[in-house]
Amino acid sequence: MAETLAYIQRKSLIHDLTGATKFLFFIMWSIAAMITYDTRILLALFVIGIFLFYISKLKWKEVRFALIFMFVLMGFNMIGVYIFGPEQGVEIYGTRHELFVIAGPYAVTLEQLFYMFNFLMKYLSVIPIALLFIMATNPSEFASSLNKIGVSYRIGYAVALALRYIPDIQRDYHNISKAQQARGIDLSRKDKFFDRLKNSAAILFPLVLSSLQGIEVISNAMELRGFGKNKKRTWIVERKFKKEDYRALAFGAILLVISIIVTFSDGNRFYNPFL
Amino acid sequence: MKTQLSIKSIVAIGIGSALFFVLGRFVAIPSPIPNTTINIQYAVLGVLGVLFGPIVGFLTGLIGHVLIDLSWGSPWWSWIVGSGVFGFIVGIVSKKIDMEAGVFGSKEIALFNGFQIAAHIGAWGMIAPGLDILIYSEPVVKAFTQGIAAAIMNGVSTAVIGTVLLIGYAKTKVGTGSLKKEN
Amino acid sequence: MEEKFISFQDYTFQYRAQSEPTLKHINLDIKKGERIVIIGPSGSGKSTIAHSLNGLIPFSYPGESMGSLTIGGKEVKTLSIFELSQYVGTVLQDTDGQFIGMTVLEDIAFSMENNCVPQDEMIRKTREEAVKVQILEKLDASPHQLSGGQKQRVSLAGILVNNVPVLLFDEPLANLDPYAGKKSMELIDQIQKETDTTVILIEHRLEDALHMGADRIILMEEGEIVADEPPSVLFASEKLKEAGIREPLYITALKYGGCKLEPSMKLEKIQDLFLEEEQKKQMRQWFSYRKKEKKEEEKPVILSVEDISFGYTEEKENLSHISFTVKEGEMISIVGKNGAGKSTMAKILCGFEKLEKGEIFIKGRDIKGDTIKERARQIGYVMQNPNQMISKPMVYEEVAMGLLVQKKPEEEIKKRVEEKLKICGLYSFRNWPISALSYGQKKRVTIASILVQEPDILILDEPTAGQDFRHYTEIMDFLKSLNEKGITVLMITHDMHLILEYTNRSLVFADGKLLADTTPSTLFGNPELIKKASLKETSLYELAKQCKLDGKEFIEWFIEYDKEVRRKWPKPLHTSNENL
Repeated sequence: MAETLAYIQRKSLIHDLTGATKFLFFIMWSIAAMITYDTRILLALFVIGIFLFYISKLKWKEVRFALIFMFVLMGFNMIGVYIFGPEQGVEIYGTRHELFVIAGPYAVTLEQLFYMFNFLMKYLSVIPIALLFIMATNPSEFASSLNKIGVSYRIGYAVALALRYIPDIQRDYHNISKAQQARGIDLSRKDKFFDRLKNSAAILFPLVLSSLQGIEVISNAMELRGFGKNKKRTWIVERKFKKEDYRALAFGAILLVISIIVTFSDGNRFYNPFL
Repeated sequence: MKTQLSIKSIVAIGIGSALFFVLGRFVAIPSPIPNTTINIQYAVLGVLGVLFGPIVGFLTGLIGHVLIDLSWGSPWWSWIVGSGVFGFIVGIVSKKIDMEAGVFGSKEIALFNGFQIAAHIGAWGMIAPGLDILIYSEPVVKAFTQGIAAAIMNGVSTAVIGTVLLIGYAKTKVGTGSLKKEN
Repeated sequence: MEEKFISFQDYTFQYRAQSEPTLKHINLDIKKGERIVIIGPSGSGKSTIAHSLNGLIPFSYPGESMGSLTIGGKEVKTLSIFELSQYVGTVLQDTDGQFIGMTVLEDIAFSMENNCVPQDEMIRKTREEAVKVQILEKLDASPHQLSGGQKQRVSLAGILVNNVPVLLFDEPLANLDPYAGKKSMELIDQIQKETDTTVILIEHRLEDALHMGADRIILMEEGEIVADEPPSVLFASEKLKEAGIREPLYITALKYGGCKLEPSMKLEKIQDLFLEEEQKKQMRQWFSYRKKEKKEEEKPVILSVEDISFGYTEEKENLSHISFTVKEGEMISIVGKNGAGKSTMAKILCGFEKLEKGEIFIKGRDIKGDTIKERARQIGYVMQNPNQMISKPMVYEEVAMGLLVQKKPEEEIKKRVEEKLKICGLYSFRNWPISALSYGQKKRVTIASILVQEPDILILDEPTAGQDFRHYTEIMDFLKSLNEKGITVLMITHDMHLILEYTNRSLVFADGKLLADTTPSTLFGNPELIKKASLKETSLYELAKQCKLDGKEFIEWFIEYDKEVRRKWPKPLHTSNENL
């Protein structure tokens, strides 16, 4: 079974923060990184992110496979960006410093390199915080965190149910697909493409039908125990905000504001070293 | 949201997201293009949309896709929104198809596929690349080429798998009254 | 103390989708603190009674009711499902479906959270109830770390937090092994004593359910109550047999022995049973009719497993050094508690998991190199839940699927499919949607879809779990007939009746080891082995002891005699009305 990132219990400053804090912080951070294209901000976010990851006592080897995956993905993405827009950097920064020509329209310019570096940083700057959010937040606490920041508890609970039932569905999928393979269903490259698609329906059909039955049982069980009775609900795993939580949130908010101000102070979301 | 989601809808979102996650994260069916795989989770999201409507479809796509991205390490928000949009648009067709009636004939097949194709075009041909350009300043041609390719691939897999699943589901709703034993 | 805490008066209910009422003119009063067991064949309406009590009718299952149903003096129709949940707490059959929380702690607190109970109080109360159901040390465990019995205890704690006056159990034993089921019944007994709640329990497995001690048994048939009596009165009569319900084995044995049963003999529990010397003599007389020698013909070995070890992870071995052989035409039960390695063994045999250490031979041929597909032509695997195997909506399509994907010629497919459909008694249903079939028929569809590959060996995972006596007999007689046609059958099971009545050998697994390879009657004559296999003693053994007879031989004789008697029964009728 492929590896996935998951919560790792540990004692650290980051782990001590409530789930709500980490979630909000992650959202603010993502917004900051999405809005800006300012190299200085992106670099600052990246460095702070690495520092926070260090404080969290998570280990590099625990995230290595994820990082490799993301770099490969990003590599393909960058190649795509270059193939379809070799002059994108020139367009953005308005100057053209050509280094050399590969072939035809494909030249390498300083502007393009700088744009692609920024593009990469935009992605990289989010990764440490995303990893913190995933690996230092107890999933049990997540639904209550969503509720705390104003999301309806019903939707919060939908997320909790997803996390609760993922292992069950994974197990069902595994069992069903093995049993169907024994009957000759093959999803590998050996069969023709359309046959593969049709064959996959032979696995999905029982999986979907049993999941639909599951939905019925679970909603009955929840209804019988009074889910949805009141406008609010309490949470046994909820944690009270402490000083550190307020500090962390203030820090996140300040970062967001600074990045917006710095980004747009010159009326352009790009930092342009070529002017 | 004014109208409250029913408990069944909540559970459908939860279980649906879990399904979307498991299929999207662990199931790799090779596509005709080397080194790429088919996203069969959209076929299942299509089925859930038809059964439970646009809001369940939207949230299932959104939550399921966030979970997939987070399990790899970092979210790519524009495509996450795309999954939500797909679930929403395909869910609209639930008002026109009554699955409980047990009929999924050529009219329903056409309706479902019309909506799912529109939903894939809306999600991957417009919303996702639009956001990619807006957020990441990706080259316009790159963003749209990638989006349209995804729309075609996902559209084909949803057309085949989604339709098969819905036809099968409709047949499970047939009453026993009309059946006769044969010799 | 109220005389009638729950009262059905001329209560009739009809589901919206059905043309006839499922409950017909029910009159039933239940006092506070009473323990009631409701039994009846599938489709008799017992689950509908449960749904009427906890409010799933009409909130989840719409329909029309007539007459009156009151709980605590209040007409149920006037209450919402939430108000009703303050009176009736329900434990459902599906231990996974009702475990909603991510951890034990959260699941126990779930209903308090919905009631907006403050956190401190929730934590206190959760711990309190966790102690009561003996799950305190597992508060932080996720459901995947728990056994079925533990999950059920969590569900019980989750309703106890509300201090409800009525505890309703909907087939609590269906998903548990016999030992866990026994513990579960003892826990219910203890909690009922401490809290004086009313306990209503719906079950197929009457003998096991009565382990908690019941005041009354309500026997239902076709939507009506046909008996409402204390257990000893009911057992002295023939009503259970007439309704197609399995009596406790010791009761059947006493009847076979020709003993006249009276309610005064304390028939409700084997431990309390009082037999006169005369009756014991009668039993000994009956026992003396047994035929002693049995001839075993030597059959060739079909499957041989040699020193298999396997682990899902490097750290833990899920199977270690397993060796056994199976002879052609055997019918074998594989027993042991969940996680003991039974399913892993089956998966390795079928090639679902990759064998690393050890060897497997089928008819003398090493099958290590065979793919999962090639393996399937020798060993077929039938999953517990037919719904997880059925991937086509129609009977014919489903059975033909395996051959279709192998691109066999159409003529051959048709011939082979029709042949298997006939063997499985499904030929006349070949153009039906599978959803219209009964559970037993669905099971047969899945078996037919495996048989088209023409395997020599069938492995079935819990073939009868959760089935009533009629479906149990239908499925097992069918498997027996397949076996008689020459197919070797291995069954993973917790069902003690199945083990005793249909298998000639038991493989007992515990902690990844093959603990015993023996006959069922030897197994049930060995209390230590029973415990390790997570089974429970059979009441036949206890009865034999009381009559001063050899337990093992008594069990053997009973089974032989019982088979003879049941062979003369009319074949069970097919019912298409599934349990709702």
